[in-house]
Amino acid sequence: MGTKKIKTNRRNFFQTSAALIGGSILYSILKPIDSISQSIEEETKDEIVNLPLWGMGIDLHKCVGCGKCAEACKLENNVPREPFYFRTWVEQYTVKKDGDVVIESPNGGIGGLKQSVPIEDIFKSFMVPKLCNHCSKAPCVQACPVGATYLSPDGVVLVDDTYCIGCSYCIQACPYGARFMNPVTHVADKCTFCYHRITKGLQPACVEVCPTDARIFGNLKDKKSDLVKFLQKNPTQVLKPHLNTKSKVFYNGLSSEVK
Amino acid sequence: MEEHFQHLYQALSQVDGYIYPNEIDLHWGLMIVLYPYITGLVAGAFILASLERVFNIKVLKPTYGLALLTALAFLFVATLPLVSHLQHPFRSYEIFMTPNPTSAMAIFGFVYLWYLMAVLLLEIWLDYRLDFVLWSKESKGFKKYFYKIITLGINDTDEKSAKLDDKLGYFITVVGIPSAFLLHGYVGFIFGSIKANPWWSTVLMPVIFLFSAMVSGIALVMVIYMVVCWIRKVRIDMPALDTIAKYLFYILIIDFTLESLDQIHRIYEAEEAFDIIEVLVSGKLNITIIYGQVLFGTIIPLIVIGLFQIYKPAEKTRKICYFFVGLMVLVGIFFMRWNVVIGGQLFSKSLSGFTSFTAVYTGAEGYLMAGVWLILPFGILAFLLWLMPPWKKVNARA
Repeated sequence: MGTKKIKTNRRNFFQTSAALIGGSILYSILKPIDSISQSIEEETKDEIVNLPLWGMGIDLHKCVGCGKCAEACKLENNVPREPFYFRTWVEQYTVKKDGDVVIESPNGGIGGLKQSVPIEDIFKSFMVPKLCNHCSKAPCVQACPVGATYLSPDGVVLVDDTYCIGCSYCIQACPYGARFMNPVTHVADKCTFCYHRITKGLQPACVEVCPTDARIFGNLKDKKSDLVKFLQKNPTQVLKPHLNTKSKVFYNGLSSEVK
Repeated sequence: MEEHFQHLYQALSQVDGYIYPNEIDLHWGLMIVLYPYITGLVAGAFILASLERVFNIKVLKPTYGLALLTALAFLFVATLPLVSHLQHPFRSYEIFMTPNPTSAMAIFGFVYLWYLMAVLLLEIWLDYRLDFVLWSKESKGFKKYFYKIITLGINDTDEKSAKLDDKLGYFITVVGIPSAFLLHGYVGFIFGSIKANPWWSTVLMPVIFLFSAMVSGIALVMVIYMVVCWIRKVRIDMPALDTIAKYLFYILIIDFTLESLDQIHRIYEAEEAFDIIEVLVSGKLNITIIYGQVLFGTIIPLIVIGLFQIYKPAEKTRKICYFFVGLMVLVGIFFMRWNVVIGGQLFSKSLSGFTSFTAVYTGAEGYLMAGVWLILPFGILAFLLWLMPPWKKVNARA
């Protein structure tokens, strides 16, 4: 057994292995470190600067809980009709005289919300439409392992359904319960602000059908838009502000009971 | 699909309080309970093996090879429940192709691969290389070809090469310890980094996962070692078993302390989510936390092996106790994973109500499938022990 030959064998073997392993370590270590924290604003390029930044205002004083928005959304976006899948829904809050809070949203409010608390027990009651908040620092975008969920340059959180692996991590990461696993496509599903409509200059379906104009959709960069005017005129609040998700759905008249 | 809808309608009728309408379906079921459980067993078994190798605790020598092969057998299975739970399992490779650098889950694939390829396989290979060469000369049939191929053409059997293997193996183990920490600490981070979920979102989660992993892995090797000795009809090395139990005791104390700290911190701070978590723990998770995890899986084992540190009863009694303590700890840690994964989804992020979890028996997410994923590693381990029995090794690593 020639020692020299063996040594060369071993050396070659270890060199190749070391190169292979080293390469994979470098790739796996350097790549994630590259951008471990989320960047808030990435709109540096000229073409992005000129794009709109979509957002929504919701005037809770105007919402009557008819549920037309939730229904229109299901029709427009082919959302399964079963009461477990909603891109938008309406919650009815009832604060009772004894301080208890009753929250209800049967079938997401589709068909209209009805009061279940006897009128003599009610201190106050109001409706709260909910949908994806299209956060600028979206926890779902941060969590998606393959980048199938992303923030579009015009500020809309979208899902690439040809790419989503269906791990549900984004659903766990969303603080607002705005996502669901579509039982037909088997990918994560959510509100897109009706992206197919807004890119053609139309309003999202829920905004279009709202009989009281409780939902105001628009470009946050356009100072003349109804949305910006709404934000200027009213003291608005976002949901769960302590989570710092930089939500782009703003509520006027949000009561502290709302979660 | 109809069956799934029926299941959801049933869950809808059991909703307590208010939950967001999309929350009726629990997205992570039994498979995601198994995933951190099995990964934890891997990390724990490996750390037990490294105690002998790196920290030079020679008394643990009889369990070194067994611990490594146990880690490998479970590591092969670790990702399977995860992949099978995906809605699009055939797209799972995208995690490696286009990983999202900000996603805690994306990096798991790389951590897993690093651990499997660079640490565990390499360490086992270096440990067995000399034996493969020798075995390839005296075996027949499949084994002969397997040993020949697995030597990767490095057939030298001199003392110098054995020393080199040992040196490199030692180095790999040193690298392996932080890697095992990373592997399981990382699994904890997958949950701990979800700020939307107050039951998961704690900075202690990776550390808790790590120590509970060590506890479960040590308990597993302890039980497997005893069973393997019984099957082989050889005497159990009592000093080794006592030492494993001693480490189990110490690490169980740390684990219990950390988990208690986490809970005390929650109770004392009593933040916004505390009210619902209190109802969760005293209600839906009452049996699995208080009895399963704490009493059955932690307190009783602590008392039993704690007592043995002061007073050592007869060997036979100790063996029986260790065996049952090992099993109890394994069940306890399973409940711990259950309480994290399922518990974290039982309450609504609206903090105003609960949904329910009813596991099914059949299907990819059912008990039967979970049983398969739990039994499979033992099958793989039996095969590995047949193929490369640690007790037949000639290489007495100095």
